[in-house]
Amino acid sequence: MKGSLIVVGFFTLGCLLGWSGCLPDAVVENDMTVYVLYLLMFQVGLSIGSDKKLKEILGSIRPKLLLVPFATLAGTLVFSALVSLLLTQWSVFDCLAVGSGFAYYSLSSILITQLKEPSLGVRLAAELGTIALMANIMREIMTLLCTPLFVKYFGRLSPICAGGATTMDTTLPIITRYSGKELVFVSIFHGIIVDFSVPFLVSFFCSL
Amino acid sequence: MFTVIGIMFAGIATGYLLRRVERLQKVGKPISYTIFLLLFLLGISVGANKEIVDNLVPLGGQALLLALAGTLGSVLAGWGVYHLFFKERSRR
Repeated sequence: MKGSLIVVGFFTLGCLLGWSGCLPDAVVENDMTVYVLYLLMFQVGLSIGSDKKLKEILGSIRPKLLLVPFATLAGTLVFSALVSLLLTQWSVFDCLAVGSGFAYYSLSSILITQLKEPSLGVRLAAELGTIALMANIMREIMTLLCTPLFVKYFGRLSPICAGGATTMDTTLPIITRYSGKELVFVSIFHGIIVDFSVPFLVSFFCSL
Repeated sequence: MFTVIGIMFAGIATGYLLRRVERLQKVGKPISYTIFLLLFLLGISVGANKEIVDNLVPLGGQALLLALAGTLGSVLAGWGVYHLFFKERSRR
């Protein structure tokens, strides 16, 4: 819990600083997050490589693990369809298209904006695209912030499912930190499967 | 995306070669600090993105609802799969 609060604190501080505009442009324009992510991945690699149980972890990969990405897809799609009952201006397929981003916000928002233009018109398509961008960024942020809580109340697989397509890169470090190093390959495997399903599912729901 | 995984595998190789170095076993702490820095920078890029900040109120509510639904749905499904298929193994 304390870890989550510190993470939220750092994130909020960053938001306020970025919004206030008091940062030098060089800081905002040169996106350093990528390099920090690289550093993080190297550290995660170091901790896995030097782990004395590495061979056991690799031996633990089973076909059963396909159930994890399946749970992510099913859980997300069922609940996104339910939300369409509340969002009356969008159809159930629009909501499913947004949900099918699985936190992969860049790709899903661009796909939705372009594919929905013929049927919804330019303005509404851009609105749905922006919703997809924000909803999927929020999903990534929720996973980053709430992983300690998810692990505590819903078990060690839950942050992997919450992270969707990001569990092979951005959310991988925090997942391995809180769910345990032995799940690192599960997390990568899950991220790859979900990642590849994003373009297919988003296009499919946009065409309905 | 594949750069990121490549870097991690480079880290794994380095860690494996240096696995007898005691200090490497305690790499958990610096990982936390890097996570804090990453979230701080992510916050800056969200706060500085005019498109997101300007449309935060009208579209943000709907986005939040969909984000909560997707996250909650998959967390619950993950919890179910964990209890049905993975619990015993992790207890071992």
